Amino acid sequence: MSGKIFVFIETREGSIVNSSLEVLGKARALANKAGFSVEALLLGYNIKHLAKELIYRGADVVHLVDDKRLEKYRVLPYTKAITEITQSEKPDILILVATTTGRDLGPRIAARLGTGITADCTDLDIGDYIDPNTGEKFRNVLYQIRPAFGGEVMATIVTPRHRPQMATVRPGLFSIPPKDETRSGDIKEWTIEFTNFETQNIEILESKREPRKADLKSAKIIVSGGRGAGPKGFKLIEELAKLLGGEIGASRAAVEAGWISYDHQVGLTGQTVKPDIYIACGISGAIQHIVGMKDSRIIIAINKDPNAPIFKIADYGLVGDLFIILPKLIEKLKSQKRRL
Amino acid sequence: MNIIVLVKPVPDPKAPVRLKPDGTIDREKVPLTMNLYDKHAVEAALRIKERYGGKVIAISMAPPHAIEILREALAMGVDDAILLSDKRLVGSDTLATSYALSQAILKIGNFDLILCGMESTDGNTGHVGPEVAEFLGIPHTTYVERIEIKNEYVVVKRLVEGGYELLKVKIPALLTITNTANEPRIPTIRDVIKARRKAITVWSVNDIKADPNKIGLFGSPTRILKIEKVVLKRKSKIFSGSDVDKIIESFLAELKKDGISLLR
Repeated sequence: MSGKIFVFIETREGSIVNSSLEVLGKARALANKAGFSVEALLLGYNIKHLAKELIYRGADVVHLVDDKRLEKYRVLPYTKAITEITQSEKPDILILVATTTGRDLGPRIAARLGTGITADCTDLDIGDYIDPNTGEKFRNVLYQIRPAFGGEVMATIVTPRHRPQMATVRPGLFSIPPKDETRSGDIKEWTIEFTNFETQNIEILESKREPRKADLKSAKIIVSGGRGAGPKGFKLIEELAKLLGGEIGASRAAVEAGWISYDHQVGLTGQTVKPDIYIACGISGAIQHIVGMKDSRIIIAINKDPNAPIFKIADYGLVGDLFIILPKLIEKLKSQKRRL
Repeated sequence: MNIIVLVKPVPDPKAPVRLKPDGTIDREKVPLTMNLYDKHAVEAALRIKERYGGKVIAISMAPPHAIEILREALAMGVDDAILLSDKRLVGSDTLATSYALSQAILKIGNFDLILCGMESTDGNTGHVGPEVAEFLGIPHTTYVERIEIKNEYVVVKRLVEGGYELLKVKIPALLTITNTANEPRIPTIRDVIKARRKAITVWSVNDIKADPNKIGLFGSPTRILKIEKVVLKRKSKIFSGSDVDKIIESFLAELKKDGISLLR
């Protein structure tokens, strides 16, 4: 094999974060196209048992660093371990998930290695690049595809001359590859020397994460509320979601206002969802929200402002007060359901 | 506490984005504003200064006309403002930008904290903070909502998915600030007038002793291969009017016609 794709694997509480597996699957597809290998970077403490699963899910090699000092993510020791392995193994591509960890770590690694990085990619591909100034041709480079300028355009970015080509990829866009226990691969264990500067400059005093209770990713129908909904609007949204057998979503504004918990948040800083039907109630359609739901099969928007940007991306738009529309719609659907 | 705040002028998010025929953004006609998240960083810096004393310097790498954004920072209360502006910086990606900014910070010299927004509202990369910290060899923490100074450390609350972390970080450090950290102050007319009279230092590439090979398009590892306008293939059937019953009826009828069922 002529090249390597590295994928940084995130772990939390001793298990692999799902979005890392999604990216591993995407990396496998790219590697098959280019004839590259997929190699996972697994860092943590007491995590050796996770290496096999990464091979079953598509990795050819797992680079493992099992060290007490890597038990929880901290930027400096993680940067050291990854850059050291990268400098020795010379991968062509290094991909991270665009979580708060990946977005903290990715640029730091890129700066240390003196290479380029593209944030929040929504797709990746492999292809050729011809420098428009020199005519120089580069084969099998990473196409880093992401929305730009507020989502009005999609940009394809390349890093032709520097290695590794780095990208962070938004979680929730690719499916988790199936587990194939017949797959085999190598597990390479590394020992990394850390300096006091790297291990003592940042100390974790406390950390608290609530697991997501709302399963928006697999939901067929999502009824979502925004700034225009208010706590009372969310009561109606909940009722409609229940009636349709769907889940409740929310914009960042609604979460920040405290009307609903973070695990319902859809958008750039929340979850990316692709339901069959997405019903946006009182959501104006800020780009932060749209990037998280624009790939829904059908989008229905309810908003009293006829100029709200949400209507531009909606299949069906109902202009009006959601406090009048929702109760009537619920009533209508209820009577339809009785007749079913 | 000597604090440096990195401030980015961005196209006003409220102004409609105009694209040139080749698909790139028409930046000349778009009014500029201070990146929203950087405003929260300026506010955070001013609050630390008010509590612990010290000095706040705002720095921006931008074209000359972006000087107005630094005036805004001065009006909010920063002590000094520096504009890093040079034709040779045009085309810099996040790595080249971070290198240039870190060179400017080295020229300023004495600092305890560097603050900036968690990302910009135009690029949304969030790269510059961590990259500047790496060039300076200091620790960084992203998504910071709360800052407390404890001798030679800062204790920060960092937002993560579904929760937070409390981190103790050695000073000097770079922190990127969320928009939930504070409510940025609005300068009074008097502050704005006072800021007009303040001198803003302008530095060139020579002033910061930047390696010309590490800046501008040449010093940027990334290239744009193509930009495509997003074509939304949506039906955009809009139902409006004063009769809500009619809106709902025609909407449900249209759904039925299109073979879509809400109930299953």
